[in-house]
Amino acid sequence: MALLDNWEVVIGLETHAQLATQSKIFSGAATAFGAAPNAQACAVDIALPGVLPVLNRKAVECAIRFGLAIGATIAPRSIFARKNYFYPDLPKGYQISQYELPVVQGGALTIRVGQGEGVAEKTVRLTRAHLEEDAGKSLHEDFHGKSGIDLNRAGTPLLEIVTEPDMRSSDEAVAYAKALHALVRWIDICDGNMQEGSFRCDANVSVRRKGDPKLGTRREIKNLNSFRFMQQAIDYEVRWQIERIEDGGTIEQATVLFNPDTGETRAMRSKEDAHDYRYFPDPDLLPLEIAPAWIERVKGEMPELPVAMKARFERDFGLTAYDATTLTASLDMARYFEAVVAAAGRDTAKTCANWVMGDLAARLNRDEKDVAASPVSAAQLGGLVARIADSTISNSIAKKVFDALWNGEGAGRDNAADEIIDKQGMRQITDSGAIEAIIDEVLAANAKSVEEFRAGKEKAFNALVGQAMKATKGKANPQQVNDLLRKKLAAGAA
Amino acid sequence: MINASLSELSAALAAKSLSSVELTVLFLDRIAELNPALNAFITVDRDKSLAGAKAADAQRAAGRAGPLTGIPIAQKDIFVADGWLTTCGSKMLSNFVGPYDAHVIAQFKRAGAVLLGKTNMDEFAMGSSNETSFYGPVKNPWNTAMVPGGSSGGSAASVAARMAPAATGTDTGGSIRQPAALCGLTGLKPTYGVVSRYGMVAFASSLDQAGPMAKSAADCALMLSAMAGFDERDSTSLERPAEDYTRDLATPLAGLRGLRIGLPKEFFGPGMADDVRAAVEAALDQFRKLGAVTVEISLPNSGLSVPAYYVIAPAECSSNLSRFDGVRYGYRAPEYGDLLDMYCKSRAQGFGAEVKRRILIGTYVLSHGYYDAYYLQAQKIRRLIAQDFVAAFKECDVIMGPTSPSVAFAHGAKSADPVQMYLSDIYTISTNLAGLPALSIPCGFGGDEKSGNLPVGLQIIGDYFGEARMLGVAHQYQQVTDWHTRMPAGIA
Repeated sequence: MALLDNWEVVIGLETHAQLATQSKIFSGAATAFGAAPNAQACAVDIALPGVLPVLNRKAVECAIRFGLAIGATIAPRSIFARKNYFYPDLPKGYQISQYELPVVQGGALTIRVGQGEGVAEKTVRLTRAHLEEDAGKSLHEDFHGKSGIDLNRAGTPLLEIVTEPDMRSSDEAVAYAKALHALVRWIDICDGNMQEGSFRCDANVSVRRKGDPKLGTRREIKNLNSFRFMQQAIDYEVRWQIERIEDGGTIEQATVLFNPDTGETRAMRSKEDAHDYRYFPDPDLLPLEIAPAWIERVKGEMPELPVAMKARFERDFGLTAYDATTLTASLDMARYFEAVVAAAGRDTAKTCANWVMGDLAARLNRDEKDVAASPVSAAQLGGLVARIADSTISNSIAKKVFDALWNGEGAGRDNAADEIIDKQGMRQITDSGAIEAIIDEVLAANAKSVEEFRAGKEKAFNALVGQAMKATKGKANPQQVNDLLRKKLAAGAA
Repeated sequence: MINASLSELSAALAAKSLSSVELTVLFLDRIAELNPALNAFITVDRDKSLAGAKAADAQRAAGRAGPLTGIPIAQKDIFVADGWLTTCGSKMLSNFVGPYDAHVIAQFKRAGAVLLGKTNMDEFAMGSSNETSFYGPVKNPWNTAMVPGGSSGGSAASVAARMAPAATGTDTGGSIRQPAALCGLTGLKPTYGVVSRYGMVAFASSLDQAGPMAKSAADCALMLSAMAGFDERDSTSLERPAEDYTRDLATPLAGLRGLRIGLPKEFFGPGMADDVRAAVEAALDQFRKLGAVTVEISLPNSGLSVPAYYVIAPAECSSNLSRFDGVRYGYRAPEYGDLLDMYCKSRAQGFGAEVKRRILIGTYVLSHGYYDAYYLQAQKIRRLIAQDFVAAFKECDVIMGPTSPSVAFAHGAKSADPVQMYLSDIYTISTNLAGLPALSIPCGFGGDEKSGNLPVGLQIIGDYFGEARMLGVAHQYQQVTDWHTRMPAGIA
């Protein structure tokens, strides 16, 4: 973008991750998505007179997990504060959040930006992550000019994760958001469902002339609930800000919304009408104290983190750094890969990796499926790799078997690959005698090619191999065909 | 019967010389007779109370009676009670029927006590005269031209007029002790965290504490034993073993020998009315006669307690009362334009002047740019005040002084001057800021020829969790005096 030549983009992200607890952060009501309006709002959630909040320790453990995963400080003492404002879907007239002393402080997340050869690693520093409760939902349709209020979501635990303004492009912002999305699911604190609002981002975007030490005025894009929208919104916002400044205008601090239909951002409120939230420590809740023993216990329950798993894949499976990183992009992917290796045998790890990152990933991508929902189970793919490894089938036949598996053949059975190979007679022909006989027929029927080969045309050799493979419906071992053909041609010449 | 102690009533019920239904009818009849003049109750529901009495009689018949089983208790209308109108003295909640039981209500229910009615109070417990109630002022049974004190004025008047054997109150800055003093009762504000606040409509969360209001220390001890106890629904409820608060009552009179009574010089300066001073001094003489010694102590920061309180309490109330927005329950203006208009009109019409004043103050002190100067400063003062007490309790076992600077004042006397009204609580507020337990007991009479006899209260402040000890001390005094048995004229 030529527009960007003289400009530097500065982005910080705030992400609300809904914590995967059974009950709400300050009440015993359930958090499951999709219940009838207000069916999951108890006395505390609707803020009846006299009710009081009680902190859900599971939500705290999610915050501890996150802090450990990003190498942050878990505050030994943090404070819940009230953020006061009136809104119909905010039943108490205040949101319980953390303000001056958040539970998670500092930390960093390493992201990878770019493709293929151009991939670069970058570290994004985190400022903080704090616990808070979600508000309910206002429903403005189907109420004949009135608004409906659904308080099922009120009190759902959130972890608000705030970065330093470390990102310099929409690509970096999206890479960070994706890495964070993978991490919160990896450590099982958030289901990551962006459609249902379980993971949503606000992007603080500003621009400054290259070399300018001072940050530009930022505008905050609210509620980005897909990576694609995040990219579009930031790109639009950056262009808007640069054009405005280049036209002699200034940027006013504002909160903006992205409209996916127009691809534009639009100011929602300016700094002037910003709320004074009158934060103060919530007197209904004691300071949150986290003893080292609690942190140790949570540490003991954590799954292996991506960084450690990546190192292990390189060390134990001999994978390249690139492969190991790709396979540890998500816990589901890593677990799938490990299960494939377990089924196929450790010696085949490289082949397993190629299949998972290649055919499987491509197919999942094409059908917009998550690896956890793959029609081909890890055991089935492992069974397939094992047949390649023991030369029962060739790679090209294996692709056919994979297609069959993908289309549901042998669904639910771990040995489905073997079934398909047997049923369709796909077993590779490795009997030299049989292959020789076929080659003899091919040579007899293709005298012209033989002649051309003898005249020095190497291409003719490939044509003969092709004929031989065709005659065996691809089942002959290609290497054997090659070797025997050369031998025969050499012998014929002699 | 109407002057009987809780243990006497309990004994009568146990001896089957009367039933809970008979006892409840007796008090319901007195309410019917006296309440129109005194306005101590907001809600009386004969059928519900009698159903409770029948259940208590059945419980007794089944052999499962405790010390409070079958005894009717008046509940301050700040406690949410299942199926009962719970107004908190406000138009805002004038249509709110409780869908659950507050912890205190549930504890009394468990003990088999009968809910006799919901008592009048200053709106959202904000007031010292019971004149801010949407349901009209409560009259002091000793002289109906006088205020009963507040905010638990209805509870105080109900027991003083013997319309109830005992009642509950809540105390944020003196709301149990000051009306107890002005109506001649014994009232206890426990250590913060001893009684769960669950189901108690919040005024200032860090200061609110429920407690008993009764005729004697012995009655308060029985009541507190039922009310106290850990409740996991209140994060500020203290996880401690259950206590029997009657345990020190049986201590022989000699038990006061050597008791060190601290007299804060700041509580005995100018500002205390002469009649109050005389009664308090006489009570101290009585304690000395019982073997106690008095030592002068100092609470150097107590003069800052009223200003600190009137930052912290309004700050918390401005936030606590935000839920009353007309959206989900409570009062909503009948006509409004948009959402903001609905909020403004509902709250403008639903809250009274004193509540609005405190919401405004609280909103102001929490605002950006003022928070540090007001709220944080007040919190620092609060810590200093608590430290004063810690130092004082190194020199004494209990602290005594006046509960209120004057006897009951006339209706309207202070309602136009909020600061004068706020100063009614000058001796009581510091214990709320420190979280300490404090008790008021009747110790004589003041007043003049025009007003007639009006009760004076003696305040006894204890160290944290000193309730049983304080009640024991008060009980010894009540063994040798009869102030607590006196009844207002014309109510017997």
